[in-house]
Amino acid sequence: MPGIIDIKNLYVSYAPGTPIQRHALRGISMAVEKGEYRAIIGPQGSGKSTLLQVMAGLIEAEGRVSVCGKDLRHKKNRDGLWRQVGIIFQYPERQLFEDTVFNDIAYGPRNMGLSEDEVRRRVKAALEAVNLDEEVYCLSPFKLSGGQKRRAAIAGILAMEPEVLLLDEPTAGLDPRGKRQLMDLFSNLCRKKQVTLVLVTHDMEEVAHRADTVTVLYRGRIAMGGTPKEIFARCKELESIGLFVPFAAQLATSLQAKGLPVRNMTTLPEAEQEVARLLKGRA
Amino acid sequence: MRVSNRKKVICLQGVSYSYPGTNNRIVLDNINLDVHAGEMLVLLGPNGSGKSTLARLMNGLLAPSCGQVLVDGLNTADDTSLWQVRKKVGMVFQNPDNQLVAATVEEELAFGMENLGFPPEEMMKRIREISARMQLDELLNFPPHRLSGGQKQRVAIASVLAIEPQALVLDEPTSMLDPAGRREVISELNRLKQSGKTVVLVTHDMTEAITADRIVVLVQGKAAFMGPPRECFSRVAWLQEIGLEIPPAAELARRIRGKGLVVPQDLYHVADWVEYLCQES
Repeated sequence: MPGIIDIKNLYVSYAPGTPIQRHALRGISMAVEKGEYRAIIGPQGSGKSTLLQVMAGLIEAEGRVSVCGKDLRHKKNRDGLWRQVGIIFQYPERQLFEDTVFNDIAYGPRNMGLSEDEVRRRVKAALEAVNLDEEVYCLSPFKLSGGQKRRAAIAGILAMEPEVLLLDEPTAGLDPRGKRQLMDLFSNLCRKKQVTLVLVTHDMEEVAHRADTVTVLYRGRIAMGGTPKEIFARCKELESIGLFVPFAAQLATSLQAKGLPVRNMTTLPEAEQEVARLLKGRA
Repeated sequence: MRVSNRKKVICLQGVSYSYPGTNNRIVLDNINLDVHAGEMLVLLGPNGSGKSTLARLMNGLLAPSCGQVLVDGLNTADDTSLWQVRKKVGMVFQNPDNQLVAATVEEELAFGMENLGFPPEEMMKRIREISARMQLDELLNFPPHRLSGGQKQRVAIASVLAIEPQALVLDEPTSMLDPAGRREVISELNRLKQSGKTVVLVTHDMTEAITADRIVVLVQGKAAFMGPPRECFSRVAWLQEIGLEIPPAAELARRIRGKGLVVPQDLYHVADWVEYLCQES
């Protein structure tokens, strides 16, 4: 069965046909299942954001890309994709523009041609989901605090109830609590409503604790793919391309190197279990 | 480390701040803080707690609404000493792209010195020294936009260091960088600290905060905690309550203690855990 995102032999080049032509993506083939939580990691300039924009139909590419059953080689399919696929860019609060928070969030649903009742229901649901109180509905989005702006901008995407949500470092610059709340929200959408998530991030702890699968990009190619546990066991390889593994995986690798009998681990609960086992074995 | 007898580079005395046009909403409320020479001070706090405002008060980018900020004895509210103040306290921001202005790294390093009217020979000498020290010598002819994020941020740091400030204030300098870039910038800061430079670092990354001599936690504009990292990260419940976290290594220790096992206090890095678990075996 093809995935909800299905990519075969994808190439993207910037400035094609000129002397400064540069391949951003080279020969990418990958599939994401419906309801999957996929993380994409890679050093700066590895093509992560470009790949996300291809999935959103924002960039024309060579190769076969199908998202939600639509063949993105056709411009018509790319242009209509926003109804099913939401993309949240880095610093999405820079895209706020309407006179009130309510109208900003209603912009997408209204463009979808929904009834005003349905628009209202969706805006309320989205604002509740991101934890913004009713008292901000009539405020200018520019009067909100940084964290509130971020959440309002994200609510604008959620209100379109996308089947696929593409996230480009959505928590950059947020404090630990703000980050956790947002990541919990996305996890819930994925686990409870089968929304497919593709998350671009530099935060390896998030990847370890939340994602089902990981794609590692390096210089425009897929360098590795697998579960977080499989990927983060390859500590040396990741380090050689400028990435690092989460705390628990670092600990496992270091202890194994010293000859201690510990299993591979990527999350804190796993580390807790292994370390407790080690200590109890000695007592 | 004893810092109390050392020279104070930046003194904040009863400092409060409200942004103009916000009905006097208090962003910072009666902050009293001395930054000592050679100290690495980390500012933590939830979004909106006033960290960036506090950083901007430290070199006169903002002047306090109440109280005063003294930089090496100079009042930052005094326009006539502002250039002096900016020479003494350099600032590095989140996004290096907003800070880099020149066509090549070399010109970038010269920019601040040119503005301050340094003689050309002195400029060349300092560029040579700084680029060698920060391993930028091979990049001198590169345009900054061709560099990686970590390299760009190191150029931003180097260009501020070129004017030999007494202290460096950095506002979330790693938040836009990839893991390798972060590591590059943090090890640079640790080198600076070892060389005796005063460093003030604003961050959300608890692992970065561990390297501090002293941590200040801001909550709703007030300095709610001041003390060494060890003491800060022992207040787990309080940190969670205000929306912060503890580093993963400390979180693991907390979980292990929750199982009724005894582990030492100061486990903040992977290396601490490895050392402890290996000596026990």
